[in-house]
Amino acid sequence: MKTTNRAVRTPGGLSVRLDVRAFTVVLLLLVAALAASVVLIGTGDFPIPAADVLRTLFGEGNAGQEFIVNELRLPRVLVGLLVGASLGLGGALFQSISRNPLGSPDVLGLGQGATAGALTMIVLFSGSANQVALGALVGGLVTGLAIYVLAWKRGVHGYRLVLVGIGVSAIVTAVNGYLLTKSDIVDAARAVVWMTGSLDGRDWAQVWPLLGLCAVLVPLVLSNARGLRMMEMGDDVSYALGVRVERVRLLLMVAAVLLTASATAAAGPVSFVALTAPQLARRLTRAPGPNLPASLCMGAALLVVADWLSQRAFGAEQLPVGVVTGVLGGAYLLWLLVTERKAGRI
Amino acid sequence: MRAVGLLLALVMLVLVALASIAIGAKELSLGQVWHGLFEDSGTYGDVVVAERLSRTVLGLLAGAALGLAGAVLQALTRNPLADPGLLGINAGASAAVVTAVTFLGVTSLSGYVWFAFFGAAAVGALVWFLGGSRGATPVRLALAGTAISAALYGYLQAVMIMDDAALGKMRFWTVGSLSAANDSTIRQVLPFLLAGMVLALALSRPLNAMAMGDDTAKALGANLNRTRALSMLAATVLCGAATAACGPIVFVGLMVPHVVRSFTGPDLRWILPYAAILSPVLLLGADVIGRMVARPAELQVGIVTAILGGPAFIYLVRRRRTAQL
Amino acid sequence: MSKNRRSTVNRLSAENVTLAYDQRVIAEQLSVEIPDNSFTVIVGPNACGKSTLLRALSRMLKPSEGRVVLDGQTIQSMPAKKVARTLGLLPQSSIAPDGITVGDLVGRGRYPHQGILRQWSTEDERVVQESMRQTGVAELADRYVDELSGGQRQRVWIAMALAQQTPLLLLDEPTTFLDIQHQIDVLDLCAELHEEQGRTLVAVLHDLNHAARYATHLIALREGRIIAEGAPKDIVTAGLVEEVFGLRCQVIDDPETGTPLVVPAARKARVGAGTGAGKAAATEAS
Repeated sequence: MKTTNRAVRTPGGLSVRLDVRAFTVVLLLLVAALAASVVLIGTGDFPIPAADVLRTLFGEGNAGQEFIVNELRLPRVLVGLLVGASLGLGGALFQSISRNPLGSPDVLGLGQGATAGALTMIVLFSGSANQVALGALVGGLVTGLAIYVLAWKRGVHGYRLVLVGIGVSAIVTAVNGYLLTKSDIVDAARAVVWMTGSLDGRDWAQVWPLLGLCAVLVPLVLSNARGLRMMEMGDDVSYALGVRVERVRLLLMVAAVLLTASATAAAGPVSFVALTAPQLARRLTRAPGPNLPASLCMGAALLVVADWLSQRAFGAEQLPVGVVTGVLGGAYLLWLLVTERKAGRI
Repeated sequence: MRAVGLLLALVMLVLVALASIAIGAKELSLGQVWHGLFEDSGTYGDVVVAERLSRTVLGLLAGAALGLAGAVLQALTRNPLADPGLLGINAGASAAVVTAVTFLGVTSLSGYVWFAFFGAAAVGALVWFLGGSRGATPVRLALAGTAISAALYGYLQAVMIMDDAALGKMRFWTVGSLSAANDSTIRQVLPFLLAGMVLALALSRPLNAMAMGDDTAKALGANLNRTRALSMLAATVLCGAATAACGPIVFVGLMVPHVVRSFTGPDLRWILPYAAILSPVLLLGADVIGRMVARPAELQVGIVTAILGGPAFIYLVRRRRTAQL
Repeated sequence: MSKNRRSTVNRLSAENVTLAYDQRVIAEQLSVEIPDNSFTVIVGPNACGKSTLLRALSRMLKPSEGRVVLDGQTIQSMPAKKVARTLGLLPQSSIAPDGITVGDLVGRGRYPHQGILRQWSTEDERVVQESMRQTGVAELADRYVDELSGGQRQRVWIAMALAQQTPLLLLDEPTTFLDIQHQIDVLDLCAELHEEQGRTLVAVLHDLNHAARYATHLIALREGRIIAEGAPKDIVTAGLVEEVFGLRCQVIDDPETGTPLVVPAARKARVGAGTGAGKAAATEAS
């Protein structure tokens, strides 16, 4: 296959480089995510046709629809989109930094860390939803920091990062198990639902902080993407090319941890999105490199579609979206392990 | 020298076992322990001793099983970071047991021992196939194991959401504990554990040959495929039985062979017996600690071993040069 | 002789550097001058610190004492991209990302010349084509790097380093893992870059005979100290080889080029000589 790179140049000496295929993939995924969102808004006990959903979104619906769409379902879908995008982007960053298709935040224990924070709130303090979210955020950040510090030894080496993450993950898993045994059965049930990841009952209060964080972090991450691309060729090569390897890595890891932890705080540790979105995105764009924008859009599309599936497939008494991503992700993971093994890349 | 050390290890084991009987929510004197063990007359102290005795015996057996399984897996994969927990074998056993309890109505231990074996064997084979069969690097194996564990724990969670009864039971089982031990538990897993231990110890010689690489082992006349298959069998039987009886316990199988290797050298004929004796020392020690720190309640032994073992694992990772990872 | 040099003469030099990984000291108080427009080759036995020195010169490794000077400035204090436009490095540990094409990989060498709003200029395009042509990989531009042979792949990496367009180029054992004809290929290419384009090249090489044939300036290193430096013709003697490598040998004229050619003494002669070589080996091991 030929490269599909095109350069756009201005007379003033400015130039932008575009991979046409990757650009198309990003656009299509974006359209898919938005279309799925419209369908998802129309789905529920009170179905609304897509045309009405659109009309309502543009402020021309009737009062009943307006309430259902704007107050109940839109924020939930927005949280889904933002969480999916954050997880997709965070996963792509981690996989690129660890140079390993399996080095996603869930495998490295960030999800477990956020869970520990949330469980602490649920079990020890019977905290409110907001306190649980805060606990998850703190838990995720602390875990991310611990992994980075423990993996640091004259720089953070990809494999060491992965293995240290796995060790930290095992410890935190044990702590979570302990918290779960300490709790009474009601708290335990609430904890397990939270641990699966769910978009149930999410409203505007979750949308704004997530949106604010993404508005800061996404541009920051994308502006460092070129350095990350160079780092895929090894630390020495990228250093020789003038990339400040450790600085870029620290910056992007902090961003990835923030993205993952805040997404987890909002929706629980929705499994496998961070692992699968970058891989699927890369297979579509067929481009080397971290494929950050495509992973972001893929994550958003995946999560919204999974949420729609979880509502459609199990009727009114729906399963949390995490169960759907877990089942789909597990199957994909096995396939990934087999193919990556064949290619000798794991 | 190494024989003396083995004797010392045995003495340690006896001491820890006595501590495990004496220490708990009700503190017993050594005299009471003696009374309960050898002059049982049905006093309250004697009943406590009898209860803690079965717990201690299970700890001994499970500890030895996990240590041997870890040592065998590390030798088989030529990988000092191999551990039944990290390789997902525990998760496989857990998932199978949860399935048996929730969907198939199996309630007795004798019923779900078989499921635990099946789960352990299936995941063991899968991890080996995915991560190990061609040049098992630590990262490949650990990732394949962790990824499969993650998938299986997702499944466990889904089951627990749908079924409150399963949640009530499984949330205790999945952390790994010795507290459910009783005589019938022990009788049921004993034959498997003994068979697995004998098999593991018998493998020390062929595994020694394999330590130098497949080609060298072949040149030395070792039967690679048979050794591999028997090693996986031994590890699976040991882990499956231990996990069925106590729930998943991580890191015992990782840490002990490491400590042992530092003073026995690489000879498995010494590593395996040492691991079989020192692993229960660690497991029972962790169990005693778990009973002491949270009195009158207790911290499950699986949690204590993870909290002790996780840092040890990270230390080992950091000590290795990046080229070896 | 190496003590009182001034760093203002040449573009790249190390001044009294102490190089260490964690606690392990590789070299102490080492001073090195890379003559401008030379093809400098660093040789020495395993673990003598030659790769470590190259890493220090290319600012991969920060000296614990002393400094590396590039164009009169301490290299660590210069902006990363500015250094990368002056000094290129071809390290041993490079990874070709999955599914990357030759053209794309070589293009990544333009990174230090680019910015967010200057991602791919006509100049970039021209330099990449030029670099691929010089290294003979232009017709491979659309192939995947994974599909190439070891020799082709090394040429691609060299092309990437060339695209960086630096007057100074450092190469860490560029011939390792290559067949003999590809080794010569790569060295010929280096010589060409040096002679025809006037670039300053610094390479670590394993093969003493290759070094003696291609280098214009040779630095012989042992245990972190410079034993000798200068034109190969002037410094490569049987005595030096024995001192640096602990090997008894004869040095004759290369029948092709007239450069020194090291011929190890026959086994019997070395065993007969007894302790000399053995002692050198023992000191090296310690």
